[in-house]
Amino acid sequence: MWTTKTFLKKRKGSVLKIVREHYLRDDIWCGSDICTICAHQNEELVLEKNPQPKNKKFPFPHYIVLDTCVVLNQINVLEEDALCNVIVVQTVLEEVKHRSSSVYKRLLDIVGNPNRKFYVFVNEHHKDTYVEREPGEKVNDRNDRAIRVSVAWYESHLMSSQADRRKRDRVKVILLTDDVDSKQKAENEGLHVATISDYVRNVEDCPGLEDRLSQHNTTYELQAGGREPLFPAHFTPSQIHQGIKSGKLLQGSFLASRENFLEGQVNVEGQDKMILVQGRVGLNRAVDGDIVAVKLLPEEEWSVPSHMVLQDEGDDSEDVLEEENAILKSKDERVAKLPTGHIVGIIRRKWRQYCGILQKNPIEGSVRHIFVPAERKVPKVRIETQQADILSSQRIIVTIDSWPRNSRYPLGHFVRALGTIGDKDTENEVLLLEHDVPHSKFSEAVLSCLPKLPWVITEKDVQSRVDLRHVDICSVDPPGCTDIDDALHCKELENGNYDVGVHIADVSHFIRPGTAIDKEAALRATTVYLVDKRIDMVPELLSSNLCSLRGNEERFAFSCIWELTSEAEIVSTRFCKSIIRSRQAMTYEEAQIKIDDLTQNDTLSKSLRGLNSLAKILKKRRIENGALVLASPEIRFQVDSETQDPIEVEAKKLRETNSMVEEFMLLANIYVAIKILEDFPECAMLRRHPKLPVSNFEPFIKAGRNLGFEINSESGKALALSLDNAVRPDNAYFNTMLRILATRCMMQAVYFASGMVQRDEFFHYGLAAPVYTHFTSPIRRYADVIVHRLLAVSIGADVTYPDLLDKRKSHSLCHNLNYRNRMAQYAGRASVALHTHLFFRGKVQDEQGYVLCVRKNALQILIPKYGLEGTLYVSPHKGAKQNVTFVYSEEVLYHIHL
Amino acid sequence: MARMDLISFKGLRLDGRRANELRQIRCKMGVFSQPDGSAYLEQGNTKVLAAVYGPHEIRGSRSKALHDKALVNCQYSMATFSTGERKRRPRGDRKSQEMSMHLRQAFQAAIRVEVYPRSQIDIFVEVLQADGGNYCACVNAATLALVDAGIPMTEYVVACTASLANGDVPLVDVSNLEENSGGPNLTVAALPLSGQVALMEMSQRFHLDHLPKVVECALQGCRDIHQILDQAVRRHTEMSGSALGWGNRAQVDL
Repeated sequence: MWTTKTFLKKRKGSVLKIVREHYLRDDIWCGSDICTICAHQNEELVLEKNPQPKNKKFPFPHYIVLDTCVVLNQINVLEEDALCNVIVVQTVLEEVKHRSSSVYKRLLDIVGNPNRKFYVFVNEHHKDTYVEREPGEKVNDRNDRAIRVSVAWYESHLMSSQADRRKRDRVKVILLTDDVDSKQKAENEGLHVATISDYVRNVEDCPGLEDRLSQHNTTYELQAGGREPLFPAHFTPSQIHQGIKSGKLLQGSFLASRENFLEGQVNVEGQDKMILVQGRVGLNRAVDGDIVAVKLLPEEEWSVPSHMVLQDEGDDSEDVLEEENAILKSKDERVAKLPTGHIVGIIRRKWRQYCGILQKNPIEGSVRHIFVPAERKVPKVRIETQQADILSSQRIIVTIDSWPRNSRYPLGHFVRALGTIGDKDTENEVLLLEHDVPHSKFSEAVLSCLPKLPWVITEKDVQSRVDLRHVDICSVDPPGCTDIDDALHCKELENGNYDVGVHIADVSHFIRPGTAIDKEAALRATTVYLVDKRIDMVPELLSSNLCSLRGNEERFAFSCIWELTSEAEIVSTRFCKSIIRSRQAMTYEEAQIKIDDLTQNDTLSKSLRGLNSLAKILKKRRIENGALVLASPEIRFQVDSETQDPIEVEAKKLRETNSMVEEFMLLANIYVAIKILEDFPECAMLRRHPKLPVSNFEPFIKAGRNLGFEINSESGKALALSLDNAVRPDNAYFNTMLRILATRCMMQAVYFASGMVQRDEFFHYGLAAPVYTHFTSPIRRYADVIVHRLLAVSIGADVTYPDLLDKRKSHSLCHNLNYRNRMAQYAGRASVALHTHLFFRGKVQDEQGYVLCVRKNALQILIPKYGLEGTLYVSPHKGAKQNVTFVYSEEVLYHIHL
Repeated sequence: MARMDLISFKGLRLDGRRANELRQIRCKMGVFSQPDGSAYLEQGNTKVLAAVYGPHEIRGSRSKALHDKALVNCQYSMATFSTGERKRRPRGDRKSQEMSMHLRQAFQAAIRVEVYPRSQIDIFVEVLQADGGNYCACVNAATLALVDAGIPMTEYVVACTASLANGDVPLVDVSNLEENSGGPNLTVAALPLSGQVALMEMSQRFHLDHLPKVVECALQGCRDIHQILDQAVRRHTEMSGSALGWGNRAQVDL
């Protein structure tokens, strides 16, 4: 069954010698339909019997073998349907996996698509194609040789099966490689070989394929040849490796500044202060997100973040130099300096695809153009395309291929167009893509997991659940809400205490672990709310019907029921799966009217009043404990029902009932967190809000001091208190603004698995809760689904499954949830910003605005009515006449009226 | 911690085996002349020597003697050169003591100890090269040595490990690399013909959903190893028998 050769692989790393077995097999097949030798299973016959020759250069039937560099650089071309019948050898697959996990994933997707006919040949374990590394041979050379050996093997292997075919019908194998040396060797060995660009240019009936070719190899020569390189050279990988080892260099992820394209920070793990990098030399071709190596400058050369807002306006000329010098010179001695460094090398590029627009080359007929990304942190990209006329009015996607030293901008290539600029669907698409929100339609597999309609409650369901249909439960939500996931009730007991219940939609009843719908929901992690659109986490049937706790319909719920005294002290807590019938689905406004209107004395009004009074006590107690009241400018759009265009904008109003519902949700979350942590100390999914080092608050405290308020950020409670005290009688909005600024200083709350974090870090700073989780919105958050499952196990209503109890799996799940949540939040904000812009399209309006932040050459302005934040340049643009005189003074925070 | 995929989507493990394939087993009986029985066994890169003495009178304090059965004494040791980093203490450390105890437990279940009251049987095993599944290799080698010594047993004792790749594929005969990078490991020492389990040990918890298939995988491994050992024993008997002139095949060969 397997050949019994044992190979010794010696890997002399530092001291260790590792000996590994390597089995060579004789049951690895070639995957071709022509072959009469291999004992294929049917599904292994991937490669066609008669591949269509569609290439002018190679007019005979052939299979293609790719080499590693081709896959890594030209994955966009491979994703086009034009190339079929491709053999991917394992050597390549492994190398790709090591070099770039994203390309690897994309390659696997292609391989998984049966129409593309990509076959993976495990050459490393095949007895005839395994190649041992020769003494002195480099790994790369060995791998290239292994690929060539596989090509030669295929050639002879296929030949023996098609000896009876006519010569020109025989299927050949072509190696595509960009490596000159390897190509030469392959030619010498008598193999068919071509470079990818050569091959792609000759592909028939597939226009536009050429545009997608990566510009990786084309050396970029400037019009004025022989110019000095603009950037210093990067260190070699081994230099970087040694530097990091010896501590001379630091490794971290690069975060570009949104406001100033010549500035950024490097977040080095294990250091609480970020390292500042400035100027073109300092940045040295790093793009936002890259893992870089930085060299720290001596302390006397440390600098401060500039207060300039700077956008890259230049069009490939040299004028940046002046601006740059201006920044670097204008160092302010009074401000505390930050550790400053230079980026000397890139450890790993985190380039992805970027959305943006094309800026056409003013020279008519030129194929070189500049691409302007939508994300301001990303530099402009130089691309080549023949279709500039069509593309200049479209939103397009581009990837970066390389960034040579003598080019001011990175080189990239066009991937695809999304649609016309300014069109709302296109803009939404851009928004979703930029924030990596999975928004495709639910697949058939997912939809097949849905329960059949009409859905009825069976006798068995009734038996296994607590029947709460007789209880007067109601839900309170914003107007127009269709995914109602929480409902409440409150009943006065005979002993004067209150029986209070929070009922949450029982989503985990419908989404069973391991099913397609579960996987999809785990991937999406959250429902994304855009202004005019909702990207659901679960299909609509569940989110707005079967799970949604609609008025007067029997629904499954997960209930959390307390007995509270009238002072809101908790006497007892219990959890159960239940069946409920909500009496009414109310809006906040309706509930508020019911509470305020004392003539209404039905049970619902009474229970709402009870809830309201309890909530007030709970809130007071919570704030006394040091919970923060933070603020962010939130607005609502009145959307035209037909065109979906925004017609009116208003800031969100907060009523008492909002905080009433919120208070009980917090209570439920906290009690569930305590319960699941008790039962699953290792794998409970909780949420924490890390406290920040005081240093992060420094600029904020300083700003406060200048305005005459002492802000104390030592503890949550002190901060809350000092925020409460910072009120200006002449300016009602002042306090809110401070809170907005305070919120920006804070870290984001994150999900985590309890076994992966130290116990003393569980604290939720914003809510001042020792443990906290999310339990109350399972329809729109996946974390809640997991928490539901954990809680169901701990009350004996359900059984565990392996992944639920694996803390590493939970950890990686949390990672995804945190990422998606953050992205969803950004996407939501971006959508609001987009609609605000649409709203103001063709409109001029005078509004009152507040200065949030003062920069050297600009003001950050907030218009509370629209939640709109913008940059107002005060120094003149090139050529423009200055009409406002502006004297920058660090210590003053202006209030101006626009 | 970055985890490797223990099994590729083509169904091959890191060393090129499929999920249900054992490593190559090579063994030899009667490698030493001084002990009553001895064996050498290779399971992939794990290499083990076993020697059996006895049954003989109780050595040391007489009080250890059992009046109705033989005392089975096991010692597990690892050569200082058996692992990547040189070992300081070849025997007597916690790990070795535990291994010794487990060996004893497995063999007490199979050796017919009631045949030799007030006597002692010594089993010494030495790991020469460790590459995962050390305990299993030791059990298998010791079984061969016991057969070589002619000590009556109800059945072969055969041990095998199993693990779980990517959360759902059971892997048999786990190598060192897979042991370190993978999830929980299960070790089973079984009497494969009767299907009894003499010893079962887990390095971490398995979820209850997974346990049955992993145990079945390990037991299947035990059955496969049993066949290999049985063939080795038969071959060895034929060889040594032919020297005495009673081997069938050997006569034909002559």
